[in-house]
Amino acid sequence: MVEAVKDKWLGAAYSFIVVLVFWGLVSWWLDIPIIPSPAAVFQNILDIYTSKMQAHVAASLLRILAGIIIAILAGVPLGFLMGYFERVDKILSPLVYFTYPVPKLALLPIVMLLFGLGETSKLIMIILIIVFQIIITSRDAVKSIPAETYHSLQSLGASRRQMFTEIIVPASLPEVLTATRLALGTAVSILFFTETFGTEYGMGYFIMDAWMRVNYLEMYSGIVVLSFMGFVIFTLIDLSESRLCSWR
Amino acid sequence: MISVKELSVAYGENQQLTPALDKVTIEIDSGQIYTFIGPSGCGKSTFLYILAGILRDYQGIVTIDGKPVDPQKQRIGLILQNYGLLPWKNVYQNAILGAKIKDQPADEPYVRFIFQQLGIEDLLGRYPKELSGGQQQRVAIARAFILKPDLLLMDEPFSALDAITREEIQDLFLKIWKQHQVTTVFITHSVDEALYLGSKIVVFSPAPGKIIEVIDNPCFQLENLRARDEYYRMSKQLRKMLSEEWSKQ
Ligand SMILES: Nc1ncnc2c1ncn2[C@@H]1O[C@H](COP(=O)(O)OP(=O)(O)OP(=O)(O)O)[C@@H](O)[C@H]1O
Ligand SMILES: [Mg+2]
Repeated sequence: MVEAVKDKWLGAAYSFIVVLVFWGLVSWWLDIPIIPSPAAVFQNILDIYTSKMQAHVAASLLRILAGIIIAILAGVPLGFLMGYFERVDKILSPLVYFTYPVPKLALLPIVMLLFGLGETSKLIMIILIIVFQIIITSRDAVKSIPAETYHSLQSLGASRRQMFTEIIVPASLPEVLTATRLALGTAVSILFFTETFGTEYGMGYFIMDAWMRVNYLEMYSGIVVLSFMGFVIFTLIDLSESRLCSWR
Repeated sequence: MISVKELSVAYGENQQLTPALDKVTIEIDSGQIYTFIGPSGCGKSTFLYILAGILRDYQGIVTIDGKPVDPQKQRIGLILQNYGLLPWKNVYQNAILGAKIKDQPADEPYVRFIFQQLGIEDLLGRYPKELSGGQQQRVAIARAFILKPDLLLMDEPFSALDAITREEIQDLFLKIWKQHQVTTVFITHSVDEALYLGSKIVVFSPAPGKIIEVIDNPCFQLENLRARDEYYRMSKQLRKMLSEEWSKQ
């Protein structure tokens, strides 16, 4: 357990160093303004973070966290119902399966026509991307609980509510967290994309704006900070996973 | 007292029914251990699931103290072959699960007493995956007794344990059982176990299960049983009977 955590941190540090070295070498080798050196970029982040970037980070963070939380609040209960009640599954599964492979990004124009260019559309896009994964994962997690697991509680006369709180929620929590963590990557990409229009706040806007102003240093700073943000959320979910699911 | 009249159970859909129990009738007296023995697939687990209120689709009449089986009203302790512990709860949480579901605070001194008798007081913070099979089964036994059940149902609880651990836990179980004398239905594959633990021994036929015989066990609770002649004689007799009865079909 402790070993695994240590390995993860070592892995993260290792890949961070590899990327930095590679980036440093390329920038030194080519020596052109479109590839500034890592040192210059990190210095720039330190210089402008509070004055220029903070508000954008906050805006992006808020969107992505709100998206994740809403997707979980909507997707997990739905998945649980589908997993537990055969009849609900029969009705909803075809819908979920039919819409799952549709590339959600392609729905962007429709979402924007319906909800405009503002926050609602951005949030809906993020939720659309993650929620299906979460529904299907929670449903399958519930279905994979062996019937015997329920037996002791049944013989104790447990209520439905107790079945959910004592068995279904804890049994499927690890899978749900993993699914959320994996969906996060896509969610950050979508976030970036939707922030390139209809707003003046968010890391997507910041990066595109720097690009348009031909300020490569700031553009790189934005990319690094956005990546770091993704990494932090990813790690947080990972940590809560090992904390909450240490029984595994 | 548990009364079972003409209990028949079949699995499957309307067209293709597989009978599992065939008109089982038996009265189980309170305060005794009934060991049920029968060949594999004869419906022993099915019988237990009906008493536990897990299976509700059957024909016949089953009552516990004159009332139909209802796990919400009765206090039923269930111990299964795979221990039935919840992997996400630690030993302590698993052990008091019964009391928790029944919505009453666990009787702490009694809980401590049971833990100590079963020798698991040092394991309370561990999760099931961090326990040996024998330890897991002790926790399952603790859970059943902490519930203070009216009825104890055990489905081959010790068959996954190695021989030495099994005898140890059998003795431990008897020791705690004697303090409460709760009505117990104990399913087993093993003639020795049936003789060692049962005040009555119930013999099932091969599938679909019928009750062939209910034997009073003269060996029950004799001192130092395993070393005695009676035990040896009874064991031989029972084995002979089983091999004759079970080969009839
Ligand atoms: N869920 C089920 N669906 C269909 N058939 C079942 C089901 N459970 C049990 N059966 C069948 O019912 C019969 C009795 O099963 P049961 O588990 O009660 O036997 P058992 O006496 O406990 O066997 P064992 O000693 O191997 O545990 C068997 O033929 C089995 O295949
Ligand atoms: Mg069985």
